[in-house]
Amino acid sequence: MRPWLVIFSALLLCTPAVADDPVLHVGSKSFTESVILGDMLQQLSQAKGYSTEHERELGGTRILWNSLLAGELDAYVEYTGTIAQEILGNEGMIDEASMRARVEEHGLRMTRPLGFNNTYAIGVTADVAERRSLATISDLVAHPDLVLGFSNEFMDRGDGWPGLRMHYQLPHQHVRGLEHALAYRALEAGELDATDFYSTDAEIDFYGFVALRDDREYFPTYHAVILYRADLEERAPNLAAAFLSLENRIDAVSMAKMNKRAKIDRVHEKQVAADFLSETFGTIAEIEILTLRQRLWKTTIEHLTLVGLSLLAAILVAVPLGIVSARYRQLGQAVLGLSGIIQTIPAFALLAFMIPLVGLGGPSAICALFLYSLLPIVRNTYTGLTDTPLHLRESAAALGLPSGKRLRWIELPMASRSILAGIKTSAVINVGFATLGAFVGAGGFGQPILTGIRLADTGLILEGAIPAAVLALLVQWLFELSERVFVPAGLRLQPTD
Amino acid sequence: MLELRGVTKHFGDTIALQPTDLIAASGSTMVLIGPSGCGKSTLLRLMLGLIEPDKGSVAIDGTILAEQNLDTLRHRIGYVIQDGGLFPHLRAGENVGLLARHLAWTPDRIHTRLRELAELTHFPVDALGRYPAQLSGGQRQRVGLMRALMLEPDLLLLDEPLGALDPIVRSDLQNDLREIFRGLGKTVVMVTHDMGEAGFFGDQIALMREGRIVQQGTLTDLLTKPAEGFVDRFINAQRTTLHVLGGAS
Repeated sequence: MRPWLVIFSALLLCTPAVADDPVLHVGSKSFTESVILGDMLQQLSQAKGYSTEHERELGGTRILWNSLLAGELDAYVEYTGTIAQEILGNEGMIDEASMRARVEEHGLRMTRPLGFNNTYAIGVTADVAERRSLATISDLVAHPDLVLGFSNEFMDRGDGWPGLRMHYQLPHQHVRGLEHALAYRALEAGELDATDFYSTDAEIDFYGFVALRDDREYFPTYHAVILYRADLEERAPNLAAAFLSLENRIDAVSMAKMNKRAKIDRVHEKQVAADFLSETFGTIAEIEILTLRQRLWKTTIEHLTLVGLSLLAAILVAVPLGIVSARYRQLGQAVLGLSGIIQTIPAFALLAFMIPLVGLGGPSAICALFLYSLLPIVRNTYTGLTDTPLHLRESAAALGLPSGKRLRWIELPMASRSILAGIKTSAVINVGFATLGAFVGAGGFGQPILTGIRLADTGLILEGAIPAAVLALLVQWLFELSERVFVPAGLRLQPTD
Repeated sequence: MLELRGVTKHFGDTIALQPTDLIAASGSTMVLIGPSGCGKSTLLRLMLGLIEPDKGSVAIDGTILAEQNLDTLRHRIGYVIQDGGLFPHLRAGENVGLLARHLAWTPDRIHTRLRELAELTHFPVDALGRYPAQLSGGQRQRVGLMRALMLEPDLLLLDEPLGALDPIVRSDLQNDLREIFRGLGKTVVMVTHDMGEAGFFGDQIALMREGRIVQQGTLTDLLTKPAEGFVDRFINAQRTTLHVLGGAS
């Protein structure tokens, strides 16, 4: 087993050392607006002289909120509707003051709204708005002949079409459900007269649509606010002040424009955020946008680190566990059962579960990968050892070799093919699974995939998917090669008679 | 030399061995014979401590087999099974020298002993570097024998050592084996189901059935003074078809 150690130690040394640990961490969710705002927080923080890391495109509200509570993140942008309903678990809305009080109970602070409200809106083309002189949703009542089409989710949601119709007493009979992405095109083509938007969607501006005002305040408000840790006021007083300076500075039009630049004009979010800050505050942020080659190098190193470290740890733990399991069968059944149960935990749940225990990013992903790697290696070690024919195990015992040497000289070498196959299975699974690490900020090939999905950018998706597939094949091939080193020659021969 | 007293063994509800006494005298060959499942292999594995008796004791030169002296006693026993029981990942020479390596013999000493054994068992020296899969059945059996003889044990236990071989190889090895046993003056316990083999090797033959020794004695004893009808039936069933055909013409 010693050559393994050498290989992995080498890999360990190759990984870039986390030399200057950034003082602060900000986060974002995996949609464009959130990423732009995350970049903005980072640049703001760095302009104030704090070394700051942006954990981009994390998996969702729960992961961000829990990371903030655990101190893995110091700040991120959240929406009031989400805080009230998803985080604090209220049925309806609560007012800002009581929301702030509830948030502060968790040792956090909440700024006032940044300005825009990213809620649902009902949109029409400029042409229709002009001809029918539509400005508010109430205006729709006078035009029952208009054709409405809503996204399937909006058709079903309590706070969607059924409630909207009741609230405004809308008389329309012909209402269609369709895909959100198609709705914009159908509207543009004149097949629909009105559809549901997210009020800061990039497409609104791009197609020149008009969002009708929710004059009777039906939709819950989703005001963007910054959530940050209370201790930031001592650790980074200038930054806490800077957060407050963002209050009421981003209106819906500006946010929609920024979304459009990032999503439709394909300007990097960092650039979009930097431009906004320079226009608004005159601060010049230093931004570094990586080239394809730099990105590939970075994601490859990250991915190899995730897979390599988790696999190494799994080998060091699972092989001895397999040996113990093979010797003490009842304990073995328990060990196999337990590793089997770990295997059934959904990947995403396991990742989210790891954050409070070991922190955001690499460590969480490595721990989750490690746990997933255990079963194939334990099982194959166990099987390899217990499958040694009885007459050979007896022959070894009959020689009078002590059990330690029987294990080292006979049982392990004879099980080597099976053990290696288990490690190979874990390694190949890990290469694929590690792409999910991007959800918890661990980087790797999952990062471009995640960004690519968000931006509907096939090129970017392939930038992650192709290297991941190549690596999986490479790992497979490497293990086949390593059979020649680790599986004794005598086991690879076919008997002649 | 080897003495079993009141040894019994159950596997679950099945009685594998009824209370059995057996003594193998020094320098003699004792053959355990009987139909499949009669308990002859169980008896042999009890002698090695591979399985523990429910009751009774196994003693070698007066020392009773127990957990703490097992490995030491096993160094004084050579064990050979069908097809040699060789470890497939080790070369023939490594298989033979495994125990000596554990006992930290010098490579020179191991090498010298290997040459002696190869000569004794008529095994080609240059085949010592081959893996078991590269050897013929007869050669594997000879390597198994060399491994058993490596430390010059006084006691040899053989379980169907010729079982997997074709007739010509078998006949050659049979002669070699008897020569070695006699030449080295070993105490031998051999398990077989072949009456001819039993007669060829055995100073004493113990015929077993259903976990019990039915009769123990020389071949002549068994032929002329069968203890019960089963002895006759077992011996007659083993007269080959060829022999019967030849006798009839």
